[in-house]
Amino acid sequence: MNGPHDLGGAMGFGPVDPHADDSALHADWERRALGLVLCAGAMGLWSLDASRHARERLHPGLYYRASYFEIWLRGLETLLIEHGIVTRAELDRGGAAGGDATPALRAADVAAALARGGPCDRPLDAAPRFRPGDRVRARNMHPRGHTRLPRYVRGAEGTVEAAHGGFVLPDSHAHGLGEAPEHLYTVVFDGAALWGADAEPGLRVSVDAWESYLDPA
Amino acid sequence: MAHDHHDNELDPMEVRLRALETVLTRKGLIDPQAIDAIIDTYEHRVGPRNGARVVARAWTEPDFADWLARDATAAIAAMGYTGRQGEHMRAVFNTPEAHNLVVCTLCSCYPWPVLGLPPGWYKAPAYRSRAVMAPREVLAEFGLTLPEETELRVWDSTAELRYLVVPMRPEGTAGWSAQALADLVSRDAMIGTARARVPA
Repeated sequence: MNGPHDLGGAMGFGPVDPHADDSALHADWERRALGLVLCAGAMGLWSLDASRHARERLHPGLYYRASYFEIWLRGLETLLIEHGIVTRAELDRGGAAGGDATPALRAADVAAALARGGPCDRPLDAAPRFRPGDRVRARNMHPRGHTRLPRYVRGAEGTVEAAHGGFVLPDSHAHGLGEAPEHLYTVVFDGAALWGADAEPGLRVSVDAWESYLDPA
Repeated sequence: MAHDHHDNELDPMEVRLRALETVLTRKGLIDPQAIDAIIDTYEHRVGPRNGARVVARAWTEPDFADWLARDATAAIAAMGYTGRQGEHMRAVFNTPEAHNLVVCTLCSCYPWPVLGLPPGWYKAPAYRSRAVMAPREVLAEFGLTLPEETELRVWDSTAELRYLVVPMRPEGTAGWSAQALADLVSRDAMIGTARARVPA
């Protein structure tokens, strides 16, 4: 979706202030929000792609005012409500009847779970459509749902630099429609192909793009 | 636990977080101690010193550097750094001709096992919007000015590949141990917003 998260090339946010905003975690509630998001994700009811989509569906006005962990916390609330795990009333009240569920992630299992991660590569029988060196054009597409093809490359021509094999397709997986793996490529664009005469000299930008994001150029 | 508190100083997000954590804990869905363990992991155990050790080893062992270039996931796993947000690693090497910079314009993708959690600025719109369009301006804000003839390559982490920049080894470090070299490698040098420190 053309949401507030798709920031490449947007203007008006001012300079980067690396010293004023250097910490990963600021307030104590941000620490707990990080842990809560990971613990809730371990229930296995939604994918990381669905989590990203829940965040990017926030109203743009809210997204840009929110701190990063506020975006994460609100996205988590959305997923929990949509999956029927909690109600808005319970969240507003800050309370709920006791339940006898078993936590998906116990403290003793945290280290192993984090060290294991969740690989997204999948074997594919189909041969890749593109090879390194091929010229491709990023599709001009504007899906209502989740995608990982940023707006600033859509319609632009670039070169396939690497083919990585099959990976879970976020456009499907975010919506609970299956992993639908596709070949994934690194595609590199000259600055001028993206930004025209306003490009900085000597710039090349790459994205990692699934096969259905690309056409031969 | 109704949150009809009278403490006007309480941050609204603190209230929101507590409400959600309370509800999920009451239902038995989460273990609050698991949250503590996650925080401890990323505040005290996993961070950019891991990545600095990878870089220093690549500087001192050509065979390891080759492996890192060919299969970063396996080479980094061999040093014990694996897992969430590092399942599919790629190392990109700075040269005198080309400098690498990593961003995630769509969210905050970042190689957690080698760098820990991303700094605030990495997740903020000012960096995400401009790193792909005006990266030289952005680097100048970090105090890094590249020669005009240096190519700037920006890697937008739009999929599940996670990028680690291997900065150039500073002059004047011949014979240094990997341990001493790792101290020259900052988090920002492995994102691409800095060079490795030059020894005084």
